[in-house]
Amino acid sequence: MLNVNAFLVGLIFGLGLIVSGMTNPAKVIGFLDLAGDWDPSLAFVMGGAISIGAGAFTIAKKRQRSLLGEPMRLSNVTEIDKSLLAGSLVFGIGWGLSGFCPGPAVVSAAAGQTKAMIFVVSMLAGMVLYKVIQQQNNR
Amino acid sequence: MNLSDFLHSPYFAGLIGGLLIGLAAAMFVLLNGRIAGISGILSGLIQADGGDKLWRILFVLGMAASPFIYQLASDLPAATIDAGTVQLIIAGLMVGLGTSYASGCTSGHGVCGISRGSVRSIAATLSFMLAGFITVYLTRHLLGL
Repeated sequence: MLNVNAFLVGLIFGLGLIVSGMTNPAKVIGFLDLAGDWDPSLAFVMGGAISIGAGAFTIAKKRQRSLLGEPMRLSNVTEIDKSLLAGSLVFGIGWGLSGFCPGPAVVSAAAGQTKAMIFVVSMLAGMVLYKVIQQQNNR
Repeated sequence: MNLSDFLHSPYFAGLIGGLLIGLAAAMFVLLNGRIAGISGILSGLIQADGGDKLWRILFVLGMAASPFIYQLASDLPAATIDAGTVQLIIAGLMVGLGTSYASGCTSGHGVCGISRGSVRSIAATLSFMLAGFITVYLTRHLLGL
């Protein structure tokens, strides 16, 4: 059941990204282009998502276990540190350079777009690089 | 803008897409007790140590199936990628590294974290949006890329 739901969630999430326009990098860059011909429509994506998410997380926070009996794995990290801020800034630069964030890139790569595939491979390489750096630091 | 115009606008498409994303995040936290954060799910997949992989694989397969399911109803919307190969490789590396250091991306921090009322996620979201705004300003309006 958990695995079936994981598949369904991935599917619905992907459909949401396609319907919303998030899988079009030119549109994402249009949203980030405040000084140009700004396209604010992607703000509605986040608004729509949070309007449902806020209700769900309000319920989730009050529960020890999920409806299927799983432990609630919500982050309890609250510290706003250098790693969070620098990491987010670096992510934002990459997002602005390409118009891709992780979810839409995966959907577009699956749809067969070569450029999205290049981006995804490179993104995964960045994630591997992070793990290598962490292992070096822990030695 | 009257109602009919709105219903045929990118704003409405954005809203409907956003509601679907919110529904997915809600289903995942309420049933699986997990955060639907794409960068975290991907980075858990490429971890060397085993276990905990099947649901991640199925989640990604679900995402990968979405364009094909969408095509049953309609053609995929047009997508334009202006960035060249080198730019995409640099951007991909930055997104992979940055989301790893930040422990989240647009979905984990931007949707789930903000829905949860996490100040940490709000700080992350403001940071990557700010960096995105500045990057597009520099590349489009100053460098003309």
